[in-house]
Amino acid sequence: MSEVLVLVDHVDGTPKKAALELLALAKTLGTPAAVVTGAGASKAVDTLKQYGADKVYVDESADHDDFLAGPKAALLAQLIGSASPVAVLVPATAEGKEVGARLAVKTGGGLLTDATGITGELVAEQPIFGGAVVVSSKVASGTPIIAVRANSTAPVEGAGAGTVESVAVQASETDKAARVTERVVEAKGGRPDLGEASIVVSGGRGVGSAENFSIIEALADSLGAAVGASRAATDAGWYPHQNQVGQTGRTVSPQLYIAAGISGAIQHRAGMQTSKTIVAINKDPEAPIFELADFGLVGDLNTVVPALTEEITKRKG
Amino acid sequence: MNIVVLVKQVPDTWAERKLKDSDKTLDRASVDVVMNEIDEYAVEEALRIKEAQGGEVTILTMGPDRATETIRKALSMGADKAVHLVDDALAGSDAVQTSAALAKAIEGLEYDLVIVGSEATDSRMAVMGALLAERLGKPQLTGARKLTVENGTATIERLTDNGYAVVTASTPAIVSVVEKINEPRYPSFKGIMAAKSKPLETKSLADLGLEAGAVGLASAPTQVVEFSTKPPRQAGQVVKDEGDGGAKVAEFLASQKFV
Repeated sequence: MSEVLVLVDHVDGTPKKAALELLALAKTLGTPAAVVTGAGASKAVDTLKQYGADKVYVDESADHDDFLAGPKAALLAQLIGSASPVAVLVPATAEGKEVGARLAVKTGGGLLTDATGITGELVAEQPIFGGAVVVSSKVASGTPIIAVRANSTAPVEGAGAGTVESVAVQASETDKAARVTERVVEAKGGRPDLGEASIVVSGGRGVGSAENFSIIEALADSLGAAVGASRAATDAGWYPHQNQVGQTGRTVSPQLYIAAGISGAIQHRAGMQTSKTIVAINKDPEAPIFELADFGLVGDLNTVVPALTEEITKRKG
Repeated sequence: MNIVVLVKQVPDTWAERKLKDSDKTLDRASVDVVMNEIDEYAVEEALRIKEAQGGEVTILTMGPDRATETIRKALSMGADKAVHLVDDALAGSDAVQTSAALAKAIEGLEYDLVIVGSEATDSRMAVMGALLAERLGKPQLTGARKLTVENGTATIERLTDNGYAVVTASTPAIVSVVEKINEPRYPSFKGIMAAKSKPLETKSLADLGLEAGAVGLASAPTQVVEFSTKPPRQAGQVVKDEGDGGAKVAEFLASQKFV
């Protein structure tokens, strides 16, 4: 069987959950071959093997960390040349999609983004227009490059052969034109990543202030959830833009999405509509968010959210 | 400082957006159209740099005849001139093909910066900055919430999942911006009047020296096989808080095994 290349997103050698999901998906399409780059890459090998990687291409070149997107695309282009994979899967993150884009230009392969599933015939399913329409698309020329959203499938444990092959990117000057000089973490630690969390608790205009977001955070922490925010809340400066859910923000698809004080404008829905279960808390009974909530509570979040946090903490006891 | 700003005309997010049954492409004719929202921030950023450092702002768009409405809006905000890439053969081009046509058009212009919005509300792919950087062989400075340009160096704060990265490159460079970068101005009455007489050049594929076979639906490297309209989510139970709201939500979460 032909290889399916999987570009692995990792933090110091710990693969992101979404990377393990991509391996599970790759296994349904061919031989999963992980591509792991940058500092700490070799530390990821054991986990990747444990989650089904038959091959692990390791390239610890500093170029991958020092420059934006170009070197990763160059490495994948090299591997397309040497391994003739049946497809390349990248995470549907900002960088993953950009790597895919550059790779598409380099190799003439077609690019599909934001897939939530791929069939054995390499037809990708993509929700568009905020989930109102589902499109099945395929790549008609070149090696298919498909960016897959987090939470599209579950990681599957089951050891692959895990054969390690060291590779070295030959990045051109134009691949190395945009230098990353500093990375600054603004997020508070200890919470799961918004993009791949299985539970997300989001606050909106109804939260009322930056300080009051603490009650949203407390609820999130009681559930082990990530914190999201509507654009109204990030525009007001109450919560960081990185946490914005919706069109022009992050698109999330968790098992459970709790929207507190969010009216549910179409722009917000575009970022969360494919969540499995949706719970809404809003004092306006006419809020459109109730139209898509599996469970809605009409009430003041200032009393309901802390009471809910307390109740969950008690039940989890 | 000469800046090219890419703008895209898109269906209004509030409109009911559809694909056409005939060729499975976006129905652009039957919906209200607007300038892609983030592109307004791209135009604004270019105008601010021009106002501080001088130079010229050129709007570039690819789209049907109707896209001139969007071009006029960008000109009324204060851009100097525009190029409209319009050709029936472009219809149905995917993002990668579109980037080939846009790159050709950009190559015919003098620029220190190309600024694009980070994503369009219709396709939401968020890849045009990267595609153009690769095509033009220029630095990719994408996802900028802050941009500074001085002495031939452009530096951005690129939004990341947990913060930001500082990314720097020499100009000319390709920049994409997110909506936290500035607050776009509204066109003034004077600006709207002035826009009517600003130069707007129309270019066809032949003008760019592109073969019709390189773009368009028939030769697109990606194809829509089929599509279906998803039934809207059904509203579930909605209850009123009577002092026990927290407990009611907790009960629901427990019934779904989340707690």
